[in-house]
Amino acid sequence: MSRGIPGGALLLNASGCLDALAAPEVARSLDAFVTKTITPEPREGNPPPRIAEVEGGMLNSIGLQGPGIDRFLVETLPRLRELGMPIWVSVGGFSAREYAETCARLDGDAVAAIELNLSCPNVEEAPETAAEIVAACRERTGRPLFAKLSPATWDIGGTARAVESAGADGLSLVNTLRGLALDERTLRPRLGAGAGGYSGPPLKPVALACVHACAQAATLPIVAMGGVMTGRDALDLIAAGASAVALGTVLFPDPGAPARIRAELEAGAAAFGFAEPFHARGVASNPLPREAVPDLATAKDLQMRKIDLA
Amino acid sequence: MLTRAPHRVVAAEPVGPYTLLRLERGGADPGIPGQFFMLEAPGRLLPRPMSLCLAPPGELAFLIDPIGPGTRALCALEPGAGIGVLGPLGNGYDLSVSRPFLVGGGIGIAPLPYLSERLGQPRALLGFRTEWHAEAAALVPNAEVCIEPTLVTELLPDDPGDVLACGPEPMLEALRALVPGAQLAWEARMACGYGACYGCVVEVAGHYERLCLSGPVLRDVS
Repeated sequence: MSRGIPGGALLLNASGCLDALAAPEVARSLDAFVTKTITPEPREGNPPPRIAEVEGGMLNSIGLQGPGIDRFLVETLPRLRELGMPIWVSVGGFSAREYAETCARLDGDAVAAIELNLSCPNVEEAPETAAEIVAACRERTGRPLFAKLSPATWDIGGTARAVESAGADGLSLVNTLRGLALDERTLRPRLGAGAGGYSGPPLKPVALACVHACAQAATLPIVAMGGVMTGRDALDLIAAGASAVALGTVLFPDPGAPARIRAELEAGAAAFGFAEPFHARGVASNPLPREAVPDLATAKDLQMRKIDLA
Repeated sequence: MLTRAPHRVVAAEPVGPYTLLRLERGGADPGIPGQFFMLEAPGRLLPRPMSLCLAPPGELAFLIDPIGPGTRALCALEPGAGIGVLGPLGNGYDLSVSRPFLVGGGIGIAPLPYLSERLGQPRALLGFRTEWHAEAAALVPNAEVCIEPTLVTELLPDDPGDVLACGPEPMLEALRALVPGAQLAWEARMACGYGACYGCVVEVAGHYERLCLSGPVLRDVS
């Protein structure tokens, strides 16, 4: 478990942003695959429309559509294992007991880690705190437990400390922010469920602040996500304190994003003199020596490249 | 292989209120009529799903209605510009039909020109809102055209044969009731086009299914 991330994964997908069975080659271009959130019972999810592009980003209101844990264990997990890569299972629920019972059923070698989705903006929340849910799950599983937190809080560092004390092995930061968009003709909500989760580039500074705060507040390894479109975005999150980075919205327009972002991240880290991207972890709080700062031309080269037709 | 590839714009030509966006084909497979491509919309985060309209030699052509910021950006593309294209995606029409009859409405006629070509220019029935919109009917050979308030369902023959259709949802719902077994191409907002986002679901047999994987062409399941 190098760097505290199971399997030493550097690039993962954000839960709900990739179906490894529908696009196995995209999954294999990552270091680990994170499933869509599994709930105790099957869920149809929210009514369409479920997607709306908005200023700078997008809203989704999928609503945790999924087969439920019974069918997941029988039908989905065996097929995911055939991919031959670490599988992280995202777990959701509507009470601490539901989370814990689902975790107990995943307590085996088939699962590299469990990510507790404590922050879906599209469904009702469990009444317990994040720490209480983590504590309940900790009693029922020995698998690595990552707590996925919402950025919609003033003291995410406090939550990070609390879930660390409750037995979490890591943090996933951050989930989407709740947002609303109105139709330009009708002034009615554009999504069938009303509000949805806001993702895309505008989430990056929010994610950076959360990762930075949690890296100061707790010692847990962090899988960071939120608005990553380029290798530079990933490098920024690592510099803020992350040990791994997950790709979400960027996978929708570009299924080739993992390979591109990995190459950009490695080049970006090298330009700062880091032998590998992970070595940049935390430098946002520990300034680089002046000679390690690359010149502007190099930095510009690292920005997201437009498709080159030349 | 799911790879977004750059394609250069050959032309963006007006067809009534619509635009026929012609791209250099490069090495792309035009796919089966009814399949779709995700087109990068300049300046927008998400690509837009478009069924292939025509596959002339060396080109891929898409009929686009400029109804929002993404489709307006696509229609405003200049020759020589490049956009990323992912596809073909989804399931197209089943072409093994003995008596094809094409039905289209509005911008929903988009996949019918390519479909008509592949089926040997069968009879078609197209409905439009105005004469201006109906200029797009020129893309479909052997087409009878009706303008609102007349609806295609009013002109449908008693025995239309094997109906292959694309159009607005009320038209498809009406056809589903009138012609059991019709092949209907549905539309949905999509973020990815390859099963990742779960955004494009439609209700099939009482459950939400991803249209990008199960469709966009669905056979009547009632």
